[in-house]
Amino acid sequence: MSAATPGNAVSTGRFTRVLIYVTLLIFALFYLLPLAVMLLNSVKPLSEITGGNMMALPKVWTIKPWLEAWSTAQIGVQPTGLRPYFINSIEIVVPAVVISTVLGALNGYVLTKWRFRGAQVLFGLMLFSCFIPFQIVLIPMARVLGLLGLAGTVPGLILVHVVYGIGFTTLYFRNYYAAFPTELVRAAQIDGAGFFRIFWRILLPLSGPIIVVSVIWQFTNIWNDFLFGSSFAGQASQPITVALNNLVQSSTGVKAYNVHFAGAIYAALPTLVVYIVSGRFFVRGLMAGSVKG
Amino acid sequence: MARSTAIDMRTRLQEWIPKIVLAPSVATTLIFVYGFILFTVYLSFTNSKILPTYGWVGWHNYWRLFQLPMWSVALENLAIFASLYIAICIAIGLGLAIFLDQKIRGEGMLRPIFLYPMALSFIVTGTAWKWLLDPGIGIEHTLHLWGWTSFHFTWIKDSNYAIYCVVLAAVWQTSGFVMAMFLAGLRGIDNEILKAAQMDGASNWNLYRRIIIPQLRPAFLSAFVILAHLAIKSYDLVVALTGGGPGWATQLPATFMYSYTFTRNEMGVGASSAVIMLMMIAAIMIPYLYAELKEPK
Repeated sequence: MSAATPGNAVSTGRFTRVLIYVTLLIFALFYLLPLAVMLLNSVKPLSEITGGNMMALPKVWTIKPWLEAWSTAQIGVQPTGLRPYFINSIEIVVPAVVISTVLGALNGYVLTKWRFRGAQVLFGLMLFSCFIPFQIVLIPMARVLGLLGLAGTVPGLILVHVVYGIGFTTLYFRNYYAAFPTELVRAAQIDGAGFFRIFWRILLPLSGPIIVVSVIWQFTNIWNDFLFGSSFAGQASQPITVALNNLVQSSTGVKAYNVHFAGAIYAALPTLVVYIVSGRFFVRGLMAGSVKG
Repeated sequence: MARSTAIDMRTRLQEWIPKIVLAPSVATTLIFVYGFILFTVYLSFTNSKILPTYGWVGWHNYWRLFQLPMWSVALENLAIFASLYIAICIAIGLGLAIFLDQKIRGEGMLRPIFLYPMALSFIVTGTAWKWLLDPGIGIEHTLHLWGWTSFHFTWIKDSNYAIYCVVLAAVWQTSGFVMAMFLAGLRGIDNEILKAAQMDGASNWNLYRRIIIPQLRPAFLSAFVILAHLAIKSYDLVVALTGGGPGWATQLPATFMYSYTFTRNEMGVGASSAVIMLMMIAAIMIPYLYAELKEPK
């Protein structure tokens, strides 16, 4: 999205402009409402939620729900809070993002600067793999993880996320490097520079933006994954999305809504922070995943 | 002589390095994606129950699948969900993009607000909306407290309307992204053409209808493809928001597949439903990706 030319040449009347601003503000409220309500009610005692108005400010402010969601809430059968699952998610996400981004960068480099017969077909096959409904691989994946001894483990989930992430990372780097002058690479080759040297010295130093895009995209996707987590994780390796769902759906006892909201915000926080810090790159990643970069 | 063979070896190695670097990714894709697809297709023709078994039953699972009332419900729900989700997201996305494109003060503030739900997990979205839509405690309850006691909004408990709640939450999550796609398209339109048309006395309405919106065709296509594929894959949101209920009221193919494969132990039927899902996605994505890849020559 180019922020360089905000607005167009169309001129509008005063009445239309008021209407436009009002509509935009109503939609802003619509998008903000669920998050605001969750935040507001996560700092209320439970009695104020079940007995009161969700839009009202807390009469008594409390951080107890946040503490409870983090370290003592009942998740499944264990009163551990979300903390161990938050840590699981980090342990899954960090290696998966790094490995899939490195592979994507190398693949993109090969596919644009070292083209060979059939490269386009291979890329097409990798690209389509981004969009398959993952239901089609669940059954064999469960078998293979079992055979590899990785069923229900963090390394197993890392493997799954790398395998189904390289399509997108390859797409990003391929499109980015396609615009990079191939003459520079050829010139370096004539000077005797090898494959890795050219990558390391010429392409990598200029890859900053696309690395950020790829890391953000992978981070968001893997952190938010639920299907793989709920299919392949064991009790000890569940990611936070699965744990949050267990917390919210648990049918025993009183529903502690304030704790659920605090938990939901814990689960949302890392990706929200990434989005706020680097929204520009986040948008670019989304766009590159949908239209040609 | 020895020296030239050494050089020869080196160049040949250089020629091979790119392929060696690409090989692991290609191999994993071929095995973990295409090999697995073939395996699931194979399973869909077997009598697998709780574990994969290899007794060939021909088309039996597909025949059974389309006899199952729950699968018909899932397909019907997908049709309702996908068409509304795509249409509403595109309408809101296009509307907001056009409005934001009118030299709006505070655009830099509004854009991220419209877009942030896309960064959230569907489980978080589901948790929030489940509660907002719960009549006893959410929006209905609040409006009652504010004095509008005749207000009724119990869709999430009503098996005829629960699917529309899934649409609402999904639109909330994705429409901002569609807005970003259209906004990028709008910013790419040449302002000179617009100025000329205005000079000729075209009204704003006609300007958009005749000149601007037709130029957004690629953005429409991308939005449609992305939304359709998201709709077919929808799983997490339903799990978090309604759990597929009340009854079967919000079952979709993805939840059907999971429940038949892993809780009802009918793996053969589950596999056949996954194959149908893959075919739906392929019907949309393959022509699109083919066209996208073909163009740059």
